[in-house]
Amino acid sequence: MVRELDACQIEETVRELCIRACRELPCDIEQRMKEAAGEEDWDSARSILELLLENARVAREHAVPICQDTGMAVVFCEIGQDVHISGSFEEAVLRGVRRGYTEGYLRKSVVADPLRRKNTGDNTPPVIHLRLVPGDRVRLTVAPKGAGSENMSRMTMLTPAQGMEGVRQFVMETVRLAGANPCPPMILGIGIGGNFERAPEMAKEALLDPLDTWNPDPFYAELEKEWLRQINETGIGPQGLGGRTTCLGLHIHQEATHIACLPVAVNVGCHVTRHATAVL
Amino acid sequence: MREITTPLDRETILSLHAGEHVLLSGVIYTARDAAHLRMMDCIRQGQELPFQLSGQVIYYAGPSPTPPGAVVGSIGPTTSMRMDAMTPALLERGLAGMIGKGGRSEEVCRCMQENPSVYFVAVGGAAALGAQCVKHLEVIAWDDLGPESVKKLEVEKLPLIVAVDAYGADAFQEGQNAYLRQRGEMKK
Ligand code: SF4
Repeated sequence: MVRELDACQIEETVRELCIRACRELPCDIEQRMKEAAGEEDWDSARSILELLLENARVAREHAVPICQDTGMAVVFCEIGQDVHISGSFEEAVLRGVRRGYTEGYLRKSVVADPLRRKNTGDNTPPVIHLRLVPGDRVRLTVAPKGAGSENMSRMTMLTPAQGMEGVRQFVMETVRLAGANPCPPMILGIGIGGNFERAPEMAKEALLDPLDTWNPDPFYAELEKEWLRQINETGIGPQGLGGRTTCLGLHIHQEATHIACLPVAVNVGCHVTRHATAVL
Repeated sequence: MREITTPLDRETILSLHAGEHVLLSGVIYTARDAAHLRMMDCIRQGQELPFQLSGQVIYYAGPSPTPPGAVVGSIGPTTSMRMDAMTPALLERGLAGMIGKGGRSEEVCRCMQENPSVYFVAVGGAAALGAQCVKHLEVIAWDDLGPESVKKLEVEKLPLIVAVDAYGADAFQEGQNAYLRQRGEMKK
């Protein structure tokens, strides 16, 4: 049986998700930040974390954006193969983003062309990731991504011989180069394997993982814990002004790759690594 | 906490030290990437800038749109590094202070010593709180740039940290080293 879904519903949902994501910090990030403030042994660092928690509270209560950079909208769509959407799906997502950013007083941060740079005025187009899945549901996640952290993200093609240590070094180097720029405490999404375009996609997807979970594969879960520990020993701290809390969480997504390849991508997220999800 | 007001005079600039927390009040101007590019065009073509630089402070910020009944949307700093190449030209023309986030290039730090000035950081991402310090907003140039237009803001007690002072001291390096030193001692 094919289930019918009107594209208008997609539009409404995307609109609502854009606004919600920009105003309400995901609970797992807020919770992790509270714990980090408790564990922080450097006074000025703790006071910055407390200020960030206060900011998230004010944003939620006053229904205003947590951060002024409400990002480029990244929309992850999982479409059940038993759903039929009447009307243009892509148009519906576009209209949802346009309305969300306009009606929600979110910042319009998109230029139509990378070199001629004219602002599109409505934050479209979004970046859309589509996946066909079993079932008759549509799952939409809007993850607005700010540029301060996005600009600090990096990708490289290592050789198989560089192995785990090569990946670790690349991650640590990325954190060091990012320094104070991505509004630390940061959140890292790491993609290992796949190919040239898959690694960054996996890294972005990894930013959506809840901070209170680890990689289901114990081998990678260990790497996540160990690298997180090492990053929090760099001393960069909140806002780069020194302290323990440099990174709130780190997730690895890994995938099969070519015998000659070891692609690695690190997507740097800030303490406002926003996302909101709905299932239709 | 120490309170300072704009325009910044030489005495105030020289009395500020990296790592110090201050509350800033008075008029400041927003300008980020696109507005900096246009200011560079103005300078090249010998035209007037949208505001007099002398003693003034630029906030690298593009606030979110103002909802009905509010003064401003959320407002916080953007990454200063992107303005580095264009900053010396402004410092040489009297710019006294900048507000942003993240580090600055060696060239900017050197130029800040030659033309005594201060680089402050505001806490990045704390933009809902930042809005509460803005009492007045007026777009004074390049409205077509939307969030990147030049806005004149009147702020009251905006919490800032001196990140680089007129003597070349850097709060990032000093803060991180101080933390690591302390931790080394605690571990012993
Ligand atoms: S890096 Fe994140 S917190 Fe910082 S300004 Fe950008 S979106 Fe906001």
